[in-house]
Order: sequence, then C-alpha cells, then structure tokens
Amino acid sequence: MIQMANKEGTSFLHQVMAETPRGERLLHCIQCGSCGGSCPNGPDMDYSPRILFALIQAGEREKVLSANTMWMCVSCYYCTTRCPQQIPITDIMYTLKRMSLREGLAKGTDAPALARTFVHYLATYGRAFELGLATRFYLFNKPLAMVKMGPLGLKMLAHGRMSLMPKRIRNIGQLQAIIAKAQDLGD
Amino acid sequence: MAERIGVYVCHCGSNIAGTIDVEEVARWAGANLEDVVVAKDYKFMCSSSGQQMIEEDIKTHNLTRVVVAACSPQLHERTFRRACQNGGLNPYLFQMANIREHISWVTTDKAAATEKAKAIVAAAVRRVRHHKPLEPLPVQVNPRTLVVGGGIAGIQAALELADAGYPVILLEREPSIGGHMAQFDKTFPTLDCSACILTPKMSEAGQHPNIKLLTYSELEEVSGSIGHFKVKIRKRARFVREDRCTGCGICVEKCPTKVRDDAFEAGLGFRKGIYIPFAQAVPRIPVIDKEHCIYFTRGKCQICGKFCPTDAIDYDQKDEILEFEVGNIILATGWKMFDCTRIPQYGYGRLPNVFTALEFERMCNAAGPTGGKIVLRDGKTEPRRVAIIHCVGSRDINYNEYCSGICCMAALKFGHLVLEKTKAEVYSFYIDMRTNQKGYEEFYQRLLEEGMKFVRGKVAEVTNADRTEEEKGRLVVQVEDTLTGRQRRIPVDMVILMGALEPQEDAFELARKVGISCSTAGWFTERHPKLDPVATMTDGVFIAGCCQGPKDIPASVAQGAAAAARVAGLISRGTVWIEPIVASIDEEKCSGCRICNNLCPFNAIEFDPVKQVSRVIVALCKGCGTCIAACPAKAITGAHFADEQMMAELEGALWDASEEALAAIVGSKSQQELPVIGA
Amino acid sequence: MKYAFYPGCSLEASSAAYARSIEAVCRALGIELVEVDDWNCCGATEYHSLHRLTAAAVIARNLALVDQQLTQLVAPCAACFLNLKKVDHQMADEPAWADKVNAALAAGGLHYQPGRVKVRHLVEVLHSDVGKEGIQARVKKSLAGLKVAPYYGCQIVRPFKDWDNPEYPMKLDELMSWVGAEVVPYPTKAACCGGHMTQISEAQAYELLRRLLQSAVDAGADVILCMCPMCQLNLDAYQSAVNSYFGTNYRMPILFFTQVLGLAFGLSLKELGFGSEIVAALPVLRQKVPAVLAAAKS
Repeated sequence: MIQMANKEGTSFLHQVMAETPRGERLLHCIQCGSCGGSCPNGPDMDYSPRILFALIQAGEREKVLSANTMWMCVSCYYCTTRCPQQIPITDIMYTLKRMSLREGLAKGTDAPALARTFVHYLATYGRAFELGLATRFYLFNKPLAMVKMGPLGLKMLAHGRMSLMPKRIRNIGQLQAIIAKAQDLGD
Repeated sequence: MAERIGVYVCHCGSNIAGTIDVEEVARWAGANLEDVVVAKDYKFMCSSSGQQMIEEDIKTHNLTRVVVAACSPQLHERTFRRACQNGGLNPYLFQMANIREHISWVTTDKAAATEKAKAIVAAAVRRVRHHKPLEPLPVQVNPRTLVVGGGIAGIQAALELADAGYPVILLEREPSIGGHMAQFDKTFPTLDCSACILTPKMSEAGQHPNIKLLTYSELEEVSGSIGHFKVKIRKRARFVREDRCTGCGICVEKCPTKVRDDAFEAGLGFRKGIYIPFAQAVPRIPVIDKEHCIYFTRGKCQICGKFCPTDAIDYDQKDEILEFEVGNIILATGWKMFDCTRIPQYGYGRLPNVFTALEFERMCNAAGPTGGKIVLRDGKTEPRRVAIIHCVGSRDINYNEYCSGICCMAALKFGHLVLEKTKAEVYSFYIDMRTNQKGYEEFYQRLLEEGMKFVRGKVAEVTNADRTEEEKGRLVVQVEDTLTGRQRRIPVDMVILMGALEPQEDAFELARKVGISCSTAGWFTERHPKLDPVATMTDGVFIAGCCQGPKDIPASVAQGAAAAARVAGLISRGTVWIEPIVASIDEEKCSGCRICNNLCPFNAIEFDPVKQVSRVIVALCKGCGTCIAACPAKAITGAHFADEQMMAELEGALWDASEEALAAIVGSKSQQELPVIGA
Repeated sequence: MKYAFYPGCSLEASSAAYARSIEAVCRALGIELVEVDDWNCCGATEYHSLHRLTAAAVIARNLALVDQQLTQLVAPCAACFLNLKKVDHQMADEPAWADKVNAALAAGGLHYQPGRVKVRHLVEVLHSDVGKEGIQARVKKSLAGLKVAPYYGCQIVRPFKDWDNPEYPMKLDELMSWVGAEVVPYPTKAACCGGHMTQISEAQAYELLRRLLQSAVDAGADVILCMCPMCQLNLDAYQSAVNSYFGTNYRMPILFFTQVLGLAFGLSLKELGFGSEIVAALPVLRQKVPAVLAAAKS
C-alpha cells in the first residue's frame, strides 16, 4: 500500500506545508493559474502564486523567499475561495512571509517594518495606536513620505478621527505573558 | 462425521503477501483450526493452476468444505465455487475470506495484518462447517427489455435488440426521444450535422414493430429480479389522444400562449402552451403544458380543442399507470448541465452575454431560436470577440472533481462554428487540452490552423468592471496566462461557459428504485470499470451512455450497443440461474400473523388462507433478511445466512477472545441457544 | 437579543462614527451588545506575517474572555471578524494546534474551547436575527431616492462562505433595500480596498481604490456604504490622494451602513456620528433624501 503524501519530510515543500494549516493541499496544485488571475496585485508580482508553487515544488528556496509575491498579497482571499484544489493560498503567503523574514530574504518592501511597528504597539498597550503607528512607521522607514502624509493626518485629527494618546488595556501583564509563552513555544 | 476442510491462502502477487505473512497464516490454520486437513498458500489462487490445485485436493484429501482467503468475493467467489464444483463438491460448501480489500490494502502494519488475517480465516472456517449444499434456481428470461432513456445511447440499445427480433419498451420522460443530441448543431470531430445522423435513428425507433415507445413517461417502481422484473410506468397525461392525433400542428399554431422553453431551447427560445418540442420530434404528438395553458390556469380558452381536425385534444386525460414484465433493464438516462450560476465570478445570469454551452448549441442550430446566427443576447449584434471558458464546474473540487471529458472537444467545435459563421476572434481558456480519441487531436490541429487563440489558464473572473477605454461596455476575461506568467485582461463581447456534465437530479432515486449503486456524484456504478463496463452489480440491470459518466456520442453509442449485446445473450440463453439465497418459512412454526407479508420490500411473501401460513415466492425473494429478523415465531430462515452460520463466523473472528469477552460480545443467551462449535 | 461585542481598535478612534452608529442602531432595535471585558487588538493581518502561534494566541485571548453566558460574538470590523472566526475554526480543525494555543493562553490563566463562541458580523445579525420584519418595523423615514452602493470588501465574505456569497454578496443589499434605499448593483462590491497597502505601496493601493470608486460612480451611486472601518478609512481618507494621483475628481461620500440605516430609523445625526467623514456626505443626503435629513436634524 502506498502511504499518502503528508506534511512529514525535510524538503522546502514539506516545510511550507507543515507551517500552514491544510498546507498539504499544495501537493494538489494543477498549475491552472486561477490564483494569479484573481489577484488584485497580480500584475505587480515577480511571480504569480502559481509560479511560486512550482518553484516551491522544485526546491527553489531562495528565489521563492526573496520574491515580492507574498508582500504584495492583500489577504483578499479571492485566490483561496476560487482555487479549484482548495489550496489555502492566502495562508501559504503568510507562511512565506514568516519564512522570508526568518531567513532575512525579504527585500524591497516596507511591509515587515509596518508589521513590526504594529506589533510593537500591540505588545506594549494591547491596542493598535494609529497615530503612533503612522508616525513611528513613517519616521523610521519613510521620512520623506511622512511630509506627504502630514496633511492627511491633520485632516484626520480635525475630523476627530485620530486620538493623541494610546489606550492601554487593564490586564496588559496577562497579554504579555501569553505573547511571551507563544514566542517560547515556537511556530 | 467430522468435516474435512481445505484452506487456501492467496498471495495475490504482492497485493496480499506484501503485507500479510501468508505462509504463516496457512501454517497456523493447518495447525490450529479444527477440521482443517489441508492448508496451503499460493501465488495466484485464481489462476488455472491455483484452481486445479483446489480441485485435485478435494479429490485426494476427500475435502468436504473449502475456504479461500484472497480478494473480495465480488471478484472471485464465482471462480472458486466453480472450482469446487469441478472437484465434485457442492459449490455452496465454500466460503471466501477477504484478506485483501479488508486487510492488506488498508494497512501497512504487517504484524497486525497477519493477526487479523488469522481471525478472518478462522471465521470462514467456522462458518463453512455450517454450510448446506444448495442448488441454484433456474429462471426463465422474459425476452422483453425495458430501456430507460431515449437519448442516443438508449435509442441505440433499443434498436439493436429490436433488430435482433426481441421486444423493447423504450421509455422517455420528455415528450420526444432524441435527448441532448437532438439539441446540437454539429458533432465533433467530423462536423456531421447532428440532426442528420440522429433523426433517422429516432424515426426508426418510433416505427419499429418491436419497439413500444412510451414518451412523457417515467419509471415508477421496479420489483422482481433478472428474467422477470415487474415495472410500473407512469404515462403522464399529454391531454392529447395519441390514437387520434396526426401531428398536423394546427393546435400549436393556434395556441395563444407563449412560454420560455427552458428544456429543449435551453431558455433561449419559446414554445407554445401546447407544443411539439422540435420539428423532427418522435412521436410527433403535442403536449399541453399545464402550468402555462390558459385553459388549465384560468378555465377558459380551449382554442386547440376547437381547431383540432381529429378531435384529439382531451382536457380530462389523466396520468396512467402501466405495468409490464421485462427480463432485463437498460438504464440510459443521460446527464444534465451544471448550473453555471453557481460560479458567480463568471457572471452567468447577471451578465447577459455570458452563455452556457447548451444555449450556444441552440444558437448555432439552424432550426434554433436565432436561425443559426451567432448573436448577442440582444438578438442582433454579432460579437467581435468570443471567449470560451473550459472546466466550468469540472476539475474543481468546489463543484465536481472529475474531468467532464467532452468539453475540450465541444469548445473546439464551438470555436470552429464561430470562425465559420462570424468575423469574430475566438479565445479558448483551458487548463489542459484533452483530445484523446480518434481524430480528435487532428481536429485540435485544424482549429490551430483556423486561427483560434488558446490561452492556458483557468479564468479567474468575467467582469463588466472596465478599467480602460477598450474595455468599456464589453465583458472582460481576467486570467493568468500561465504560459507567460502574466495576468491578462481580454475584452470580449460574448462568453461561452463549458459547463460540466452532471448526473441527473434524480439519479440516486432511480438507482435506489432499480437496486444499483452510484458514485458519490451520482454516476451509476458499473460491475467492473474495465472488464464489465455496462453491467451492474444487480443481475439483469445494465447501464449505457452518460448515466455512467461523462462521455461523447461515439462512446455512448458503443455502450448502448454493448448493453444490448449483453441482454441479447441472456435472452438467447433462455434460462438464467440465480443464487438460491432466499428465505424459507417453516410452516410448522408459522403462526400466520402476516407481519412478514407487509414488511417484504419485494412483495415476495404470500399468505395461504387455507393453511393460514405465509409462504415465500422464491422467484421474487432477494434474500434481504427483513422477514427473518421480524418473525416473532422465528419461523423464517435465510439460506446461506442462517443464524448458526453467522454466529459461528463471529465466534471464529473472536477465536482468541476470552470466554467472558466472547459472552459479552456475542451475548450469553445466544451462546446457550446455539450449538457452540468446537465445544 | 444579547450578543458579546468585540469593537476592535479602529472603533475607538478613527471610526468612532461606526461605534456610535452601531450603538444607536442596536439600541433602536433592542439588541444588547456586551463588550468583551479588557479585549485586546486582534493583530489585523500583521501578526500572521511574523509569528503564527503568537498571532493565534493574541486573538484567542479575546475568545477566551467572552462572557461565559454568551455564545455569539459580534465583530463589526472585517479583519477582527475574520481573525476571530479563523482562529476558532483552525483550533477546532486541528486539536494539536488548539492545545498549543491553549498552552500559550494558560500563561495568562486562560483557556478557550474551540467552537464555544460563534463569531458573526453585525450585518449578518441584522439580516438573519432581526430580519426583514424587525428592521422594517423600526423604519420612520424611507430612504427612497438614495442610491447606495453596498461595499463588502474581502474578509467578511471570504474565505468563509457560510453566510453570504463570496463573489457577489447580497445580504447588505437586501438589508438596505428593506429600509427603502435604492441599491445599485455594481461588479466590484466584494473587491479589495487594498488593506494596509495604503501604508506601504501607494501605487497599488490607489489603483485598487480607484477601481472601486469608478465602479460605484458608473453604477450611479450617491454613496458607498461600508461594513468595515479599514475599507471606510481607505476610501474616505485617501480619496483626495487618489484624485491627485490619477487626476480624477471623485467626490463619493463613504459612510458606514449603520449611519444610513440609523437615518431611516429617525436617529439624529449626532447619535450616528455624522461629521467625521472626510468626503462631505450631508450635502448629497440633503439633496437626495431631504425629508430624512430634516427629521434627523435634532
């Protein structure tokens, strides 16, 4: 009897599958392109998700993890709901983002910086803080763009849509303990 | 006298021996199981040398019972029963233990597999000791055959049998025979006119002295078994007397009601309140559409009746139930088209110029609603660019996993028709091009030459959200061109969706009626996918055409003819032998309560009013066991499935269980009641 | 009708109008929303890019904090809604994963039993639980004359397909038609607003926003109705940026569906948080449904 293919194994493909819920569906890709066709940012990707999957199967680790594809993903889930093989494509993009960051291969994108800034506020206050997020993110990453975005921020303030102080949740210690434990347990 | 049992364990190449230690199982059975005098393993027990070994052992060792541990009895029970018979043993003194499908194919744990194989063999050995010699029952085959479904497969089957001289009832639920093929314009790959090749067969079927045509009729009920099925057919009221109607069509002409025709014209055309579905319909007898007829809905009109020159309109006609006995049944009930609105991103039903393949067939047909002109939904504008989308609802596990088989070729045919009839460009959007029958790849080559454009990619969406001037007012097909790796947006005027072929809505219900099985999708299951493609697991029931799975016209015709050949073989044999596995009632014990009479799903139990006892009609009994379980007096036994046989089998399977465990599972009461073997 | 309520961070600041109008509309319909005590940010899409388990644990803390008496949790924001729902589903799907998430929660003395809480969007609650009769019984002023383009965005209808059509959703269309608004069909109602792309990649983000705005304009809409604060913010606050980037001249008011629903219920502009929208909405409303506006003045 042939053992059905599963998440066990050491190849790049197996790592991607193991880190993604229902990732084993990746084995079923028939290269139809409904993902790349559906993607609102498809035209701006180095590789369509479909090509990325072929590269993953071919073990092209570096090519895949340094692609801009996953950073262009807006999590709209069109590819996921349309995929005729029910491959969790959006979730695979999240997996590739994590792997790419871990291995220092993410380039030419501000998305990781935005994510880190966001998470910094979350871990400090338990809440997102839009003004802080914007200023801190732009200050450290896009100081020039900050000048451009200034008027928008002022407009937001004028419409009462930006608070000047972050809110902190009551039991921030509990949240931080959970975060620490989760980091500790690994991915 | 003690029984002398032979046990034979098959390797099935490595199918079984790769997982189960077959030598150990045979050795163990010979050493430990009571009454086993010979126990052997062999590479292929079903081979002629394997069978011969069993035959010789029966003679040399004076075997009184045989057990073969191999594959499923579905495959080779008959083979080994015959071997027993050849060796001089009653074939029912044999038992088959399934150690392949039930063990070696479903585990990789060799030790556990071997242990389970021992239990299964022990069960078979204990059971076979209680077997009784039985004789198969002869049944005369009624030469009349029921063919259900009047599409091309059913017509072919009916004509083959009728031409061979046997009577046929051809049943069709629509008002005319012809099926989907009657809707088509051209047929691939030769581009013959569909009507030109189909209508002669339709009229032949309609006029054949050996064919009784029942249209607008449905199968209600089936009872009995091979040789002598009893079928009940509902002949729906047409409100037109077939014996009087000449098919002149005046009624249709005069009828003031116009209704969208969702059946034959696929919603693209209209029909009258009284209608003949199409010009070459067989029979050419109209039907009143009761849902829309002015008389039936508002109580006034009767114009058709007034104009009918032969007084054939009968507003009081009622459905009739007809009963027939037939020897065999051929199901050729066809397919239905995938509901394309289920994929909203393709816009069918929302964007007017998205069409289904069936709509497009009607549009191309010279006798269809547009007179064969390829035009947009407005009825007049010729498209400048047409997109054909493959795999709509097929090769997609959100809808149907299977490949619908015929769509690539139909898409090529459509491409050709568009190029032939218009000045439009044609794009095919495909995942894989599948053109694997005679002349099909050549047809693909032809379309390449004719300039049809091919984009390899499953279309993501069809949208009217334009982004450029060129896209304004048109449909845009958005797709990843997988051969260039780029996303493309191609503006078109018309989109054709190659919807999947799906099983008929009522396939499961029909399968239940005739007692056959279906795939999870609803395709009827053949007896063997390679070697017995038109028979089913129910003797006397055959299948042909798309009801078994998507297929094209040549394959449907071949299956229709094949099913007819199988039936003709049975008819010419005259007598078939059926399994003697039936219930019998001990008249001494029967109290005459009649509980079993009404429970029997096959109406196989009659009541003798003189003796005040119930009696099984052997020819109708299917051995299901319902009456046996229900009888309060325990007066009914099932041949080959008697209580002691089944309890013995259970005890065998539990050979290594402790007394207490056995009592807990089998039940102490039944242990006391039944003779415990080996005790 | 009583539900647990997870407002999400945006409702505290940038989308206070959504928070106020939700409160006002629910009060009018007799829906009691019980805010999850001491809830934390769901991490939006950001945390998933960094650490899967932490992302799940941070979200699951909120599920664990849902009042034990309540089994339904309403989330009005797309990202929060999907995060909460997805973590619940993934924990239910994979018990080993659920154990891991709970091991992290245990560090904070919490535990979540997958499946205990059903996560729902407010539109679903209003559409299915209150229903047509319940909604219409509360209408004071019909919105007849106002052409609305309901905008669903992505994560409320995808990837979970269990409450509306993921490609061409209709629930908000129906809801708005119940209060008399003229719902315009337009093809991009479930397309993407770009999410956080406005922050990191303006060329892509502005193009996505332009498509939505153009599509609604083509359909003749007076106003786009949002059911997610992120979508509203992108379409509203970045509209002028889109205009200067493409040289277009969109002036499409972007409102929360609850604000417009509240108008039909005769609630005041103040209660419904009007005034914080960046593209002016009141002039259009005054022109299309003057009577409704007049009644809402107070």
